[in-house]
Amino acid sequence: MATPLLEVRNLVVQFPTRRGTLTAVDDISFHIDEGEVLGVVGESGAGKSMTGAAVIGLLEPPGRIAGGQVLLQGRRIDNLPYEQMRRIRGKEIGAIFQDPLTSLNPLYSVGRQLVETIQTHTDMSPTQARARTIELLTEVGIPAPERRVDQYPHQFSGGMRQRVVIALALCVNPRLIIADEPTTALDVSIQAQIIALLKRLCREHGTAVMLVTHDMGVIAETADRVAVMYAGRIAEIGPVREVIKNAKHPYTHGLMGSIPAVGHDAERLEQIPGSMPRLTDIPQGCAFNPRCPHVFDRCRQDRPDLIPVEDSRVSCWLYDRASGPGIEVAKARVASTHADDLQEAADV
Amino acid sequence: MSEAAVVSRFDAPMLRAQGLKRYFDVSAPWLNRIIEGQPRQILKAVDGIDFEIPRGETFGLVGESGCGKSTVARLIVGLHAPSAGSIELEGRDIAGLSRTQMAPIRQRLQMIFQDPYASLNPRWRVRDIVAEPIRAFKLLDDPAAIERRVGALLEQVKLNPKDGEKYPHEFSGGQRQRISIARALASEPEFLVCDEPTSALDVSVQAQILNLMKDLQRQLGLTYLFISHNLAVVYHISDRVGVMYLGKLVEQAPAKTLFTTPRHPYTRLLLDTIPDLDMTGRARGPVAGEVPNPITPPPGCTFHPRCPFATDRCRAEIPRPLPLDDGAVVACHGVEEGRIPAGPSLAVPEKPERLG
Ligand SMILES: Nc1ncnc2c1ncn2[C@@H]1O[C@H](COP(=O)(O)OP(=O)(O)OP(=O)(O)O)[C@@H](O)[C@H]1O
Ligand SMILES: Nc1ncnc2c1ncn2[C@@H]1O[C@H](COP(=O)(O)OP(=O)(O)O)[C@@H](O)[C@H]1O
Ligand code: SF4
Ligand code: SF4
Ligand SMILES: [Mg+2]
Ligand SMILES: [Mg+2]
Repeated sequence: MATPLLEVRNLVVQFPTRRGTLTAVDDISFHIDEGEVLGVVGESGAGKSMTGAAVIGLLEPPGRIAGGQVLLQGRRIDNLPYEQMRRIRGKEIGAIFQDPLTSLNPLYSVGRQLVETIQTHTDMSPTQARARTIELLTEVGIPAPERRVDQYPHQFSGGMRQRVVIALALCVNPRLIIADEPTTALDVSIQAQIIALLKRLCREHGTAVMLVTHDMGVIAETADRVAVMYAGRIAEIGPVREVIKNAKHPYTHGLMGSIPAVGHDAERLEQIPGSMPRLTDIPQGCAFNPRCPHVFDRCRQDRPDLIPVEDSRVSCWLYDRASGPGIEVAKARVASTHADDLQEAADV
Repeated sequence: MSEAAVVSRFDAPMLRAQGLKRYFDVSAPWLNRIIEGQPRQILKAVDGIDFEIPRGETFGLVGESGCGKSTVARLIVGLHAPSAGSIELEGRDIAGLSRTQMAPIRQRLQMIFQDPYASLNPRWRVRDIVAEPIRAFKLLDDPAAIERRVGALLEQVKLNPKDGEKYPHEFSGGQRQRISIARALASEPEFLVCDEPTSALDVSVQAQILNLMKDLQRQLGLTYLFISHNLAVVYHISDRVGVMYLGKLVEQAPAKTLFTTPRHPYTRLLLDTIPDLDMTGRARGPVAGEVPNPITPPPGCTFHPRCPFATDRCRAEIPRPLPLDDGAVVACHGVEEGRIPAGPSLAVPEKPERLG
């Protein structure tokens, strides 16, 4: 098997606090291939951003990688000295965050920021770098780039700023981009433009993307594969179509049912009872067990590992050969859960 | 009460807004204006809108950031005075009433906000937050009765009466929104103005709140004005939907009609941005342009710089709302002239196809 572009093995991210150590990311493993878009979804607090930050070495202290490895093209990058990691971050891994202003310096013109980034990582002359900058601004759809290039971030609208950040992330042709909620702060019509742009650019440049979002719609439109996170763990990971249309984990199934959709005339939405546990009281065994309509004894004792089911991998004991009812029965049970069953579970 | 007033009380919709406007003066300070010779600058946040909400129904208001949705909400609950137009509650004009005249009306008309944290006083216990309207409107004065009522309200929003002892920070976002709803229900209102009540919540929590709001509407006969930028949420919750663009209602229609046969080019643009969760591979039109600066909106139809159907008339003349046979009202010259080709509309399946 070819070496994946990015491989994350048994990653653990912890925060030491006064009241003990919190584990925000708890032993997760996944990979991203060259040119692939991996979506990472989950509710707020599920550990999505911490996973992204750990991969690019931008965990805010006191957060730290407490276990596991991050490998870029087979080379460990989680234990590199700061300066070396900074170079990788500029050149091999780009980053796009929710708020474009955090990635832009308000005191420098947009052009200067792009030119400097390009010159740090290539040996282009100032004239070449400026020409490349205008080319990039054109590519991300900034109108009249020759005039806009000397303007400052505050003279741009939110959507245009996010385009500039995308240009910054792409300007040295990284192999991988970590995009954490890149469209969450934008209006719906601008969101659609940014997603289309990101998709097109990554396809053209062959860039792989780890797309972190809480928005399943964004994932459906963009990702090749998707990892669903719950309480610091991966509940399910697989091809996007499988996960969205044929969810195998009880949590993913409930999550999909809870999304209102145009044309689905249900009086009630499916609802998962309760809420995701805080990091301080993650239940023993399967973290989802107090909310799960299919819970059985083993779920309360042992934590399930990711079990291969068809093209996906699912961390749920229902799919375990020894303790589950068999894969076909398990799939059918999860698929037939409806609002009313969940309501009963909520009422007891 | 005159006979006419009695009749209107029973025939009139729960809420009717007519020609409603709210302008803000956003000019530079007077002296700067004089020195720099700048003109006065007026921002037309809400610029003449009409709609009605029958009792027990939900009117959804959608549109992008800054189009005036929250300003409409604040006008209705009396947090802003209208610059022009009327707001009738069961036939009685409540626009521009004084504080004392408004007090009994405020009891019937409550508001729920987007940020359930900012709208709850962090230093108060939940029981006092929920009891506040009961005390303010002097609905009960026996402490034991207030306590019973607060307990019942918390149960109504599926919280535990014991939660009344806690403070807001001890709750999750969804639970805090339940507390806001309990507080809003405390004065036994008939009408709730809900400004993005689920926008700050995760989808699974949003589903709980939307279900709760639908249940409460059925049990208590509530009428809702429901504001959101999420079209799928609005489709799910609304009977009728209005689409706002730069302070104007460009289209309104029964929910199903609006989503199956959108008329206004802006409505179509918005529908085209809905993510394709069913993964049908639906083709979508390219979405172009951004909302212009509301201080200097384009002349004529304010959507014309982004509209593929704009003509000279569109660039000069403001389109008036035009009622159509199926209950839709559309403000667009192109629709009036019958020159907008049908579609691209969303293929809304006849039979709801469940996911999973
Ligand atoms: N008190 C005010 N003074 C001046 N301008 C205001 C005031 N309140 C609102 N505006 C302006 O009026 C317009 C409409 O604002 P409003 O808050 O109603 O938008 P909205 O549709 O609710 O947007 P969002 O989706 O971002 O909440 C905006 O351009 C806003 O900047
Ligand atoms: N500095 C910190 N100290 C303690 N806990 C933290 C800190 N930063 C983040 N966390 C916790 O880590 C968990 C995962 O956070 P995050 O990755 O940001 O979630 P997501 O991006 O999925 O919303 C959350 O429960 C969050 O509260
Ligand atoms: S392991 Fe058990 S509790 Fe967890 S999701 Fe599967 S069935 Fe439910
Ligand atoms: S009035 Fe003209 S510019 Fe405005 S939406 Fe209709 S066709 Fe387009
Ligand atoms: Mg995050
Ligand atoms: Mg608003």
